[in-house]
Amino acid sequence: MTSTAGHPDAGLQRRTISDEIAVFIVMAIALVIVPLTGLYPYFVMQALCFALFACAFNLFLGYSGLLSFGHAMFLGTAGYICAHAAKVWGFPPELAILTGTAASAVLGLLAGLVAIRRQGIYFAMITLGLAQLMYFFYLQAKFTHGEDGIQGIPQGFLFGFLDLSKSTTLYYVVVAVFLLAFLLIWRIINSPFGEVLKSIRENEQRAISLGYKVDRYKLMAFVLSATLAGLAGALKVIVAQNASLTDVHWSMSGEVVLMVLLGGLGTVYGPVVGAFLVIAMQQYLAGAGQWVVVIQGVIFVVCVLTFRRGIVGEIAHLFKRSL
Amino acid sequence: MLGINTQALFGQLLLGLINGSFYALLSLGLAVIFGMLNIINFAHGALFMMGAFCAYFLLTWFDLNYWWALVLAPLIIGGFGIVLQHTLLRRIAGLDHLYSLLLTFGLALIIQGVFLNYYGSSGLPYAIPAALQGGTNLGFMFLPNYRAWVVVVSLAVCLATWFLIERTRFGSYLRAATENPQLVSAFGINVPLMITLTYGLGVGLAALAGVLAAPINQVRPLMGADFIIVVFAVVVIGGMGSILGSIVTGFALGIIEGLTKYFYPEASNTVVFLLMVLVLLVKPTGLTGKAT
Repeated sequence: MTSTAGHPDAGLQRRTISDEIAVFIVMAIALVIVPLTGLYPYFVMQALCFALFACAFNLFLGYSGLLSFGHAMFLGTAGYICAHAAKVWGFPPELAILTGTAASAVLGLLAGLVAIRRQGIYFAMITLGLAQLMYFFYLQAKFTHGEDGIQGIPQGFLFGFLDLSKSTTLYYVVVAVFLLAFLLIWRIINSPFGEVLKSIRENEQRAISLGYKVDRYKLMAFVLSATLAGLAGALKVIVAQNASLTDVHWSMSGEVVLMVLLGGLGTVYGPVVGAFLVIAMQQYLAGAGQWVVVIQGVIFVVCVLTFRRGIVGEIAHLFKRSL
Repeated sequence: MLGINTQALFGQLLLGLINGSFYALLSLGLAVIFGMLNIINFAHGALFMMGAFCAYFLLTWFDLNYWWALVLAPLIIGGFGIVLQHTLLRRIAGLDHLYSLLLTFGLALIIQGVFLNYYGSSGLPYAIPAALQGGTNLGFMFLPNYRAWVVVVSLAVCLATWFLIERTRFGSYLRAATENPQLVSAFGINVPLMITLTYGLGVGLAALAGVLAAPINQVRPLMGADFIIVVFAVVVIGGMGSILGSIVTGFALGIIEGLTKYFYPEASNTVVFLLMVLVLLVKPTGLTGKAT
């Protein structure tokens, strides 16, 4: 595939690391003072989980150029396993989250080994098919309680002393996990590994001729993306205290694509902006029924036709910065 | 007889054959569109659903029966597809695959969302036409006439499409334009028009499948949403390189699904996806596909 995916002017943009760091500091401060502003913390926690999910997704699509249309399977798998570990096995939250995340990592490895075999458009269809396979598995498996989902998950004490049932404590734990994971993703993007990924996205043939084992890099990126998506899923389950089929449904895979596309594909902050906007829209339009889906469809169409850089991508392009 | 209930087994086989007819019609449309436009049409399931709704509207609003719908719905929805192609899809020609997939996914969300708002998620009944009611006793099983009709019509339409593309002058232009659009347009053939017509043809096939499905599956806004994911798996298994390949794969997977429903019903929803994994492990290019 002569790939031109990723963001439309990839490679032309000068990296401005200092701007990215400045934005990170502003974001961290904003998140820390949110509880003082009267903004509903539950909303922010939920949005942060989705923001992490979107960042994980962007790590793969934005930097490898391959569209996974099945990322909900990682969000949902980690969610179910974490929920089961916390509720049935009585794991403390840190261990439950870890178990869920590890489950998604394993699933990511297996799914990646199958899907990496095809390129481009087939990759999207294969990941979609694998996610649907997992959906039907969870629909029928006993431990997920099918349509009812796993309810009333105990939040417990993180590391034995942080009471997660207190909303302020939970909030700061979620913020801490999000910021750490965000830094990790940023580090991966800026590592030699990330540079190789970008070179594969830009010109796969040349990367091969330089001796890089392209498939191995793609698989590694896919597993990393799946693992971090799993972390988002496990965290989300601890926040919401329930795990349901919504998280493994194909519409969730579509939603994360929407977040990343709206915010800015292949940008550092785009997925965060996209996630907050999409979640906010769902909150405000909760009473509008199916019109939310129609609006999401319209955003897809408008973004693809006129706005392919996404919000952050457009801003970055305007100021000739990388964000 | 060996503990096999032949009545039930043949019943499931027939059901599989019916689903296989729809898989064949839909994956054929996807393959035709992919060949010419180089896009994967995620809206295919939604357009399949619109075909069924079109039949329903023709009956309830204009009193035009099933036979009219069989002809009119593919034309109307095919025309709608042509409008979509001309106004939206055309603008992203030449961009990465990614964008056409996302654009058509967005269109599918819009179409399904609008229908869900007005018709809810439950099904609207659509009666089997009088001439095809009842069934025939074949001795080993009871064959409902309408189901036999669906299989025969799908097979006929699939073969006609194959003939159109592989054996006619129009088809040869089409295949040539797939290989090298610049050269073909240099010969004075209107390639953009052919692209538009091809999209209309693919959409028309989906709509026809929708009309055929209306009396069996009821008319529901989400009738195509889950279906299209299975069809994608069919396409991955068969590969989109060959017209005959998509037809055969479609029918074969329907039959395998039917057999699974009888022997191990728990896996009936997943068997196609499991086969997809198996095929990818053994022959990553798909059964008929060339390397891409």
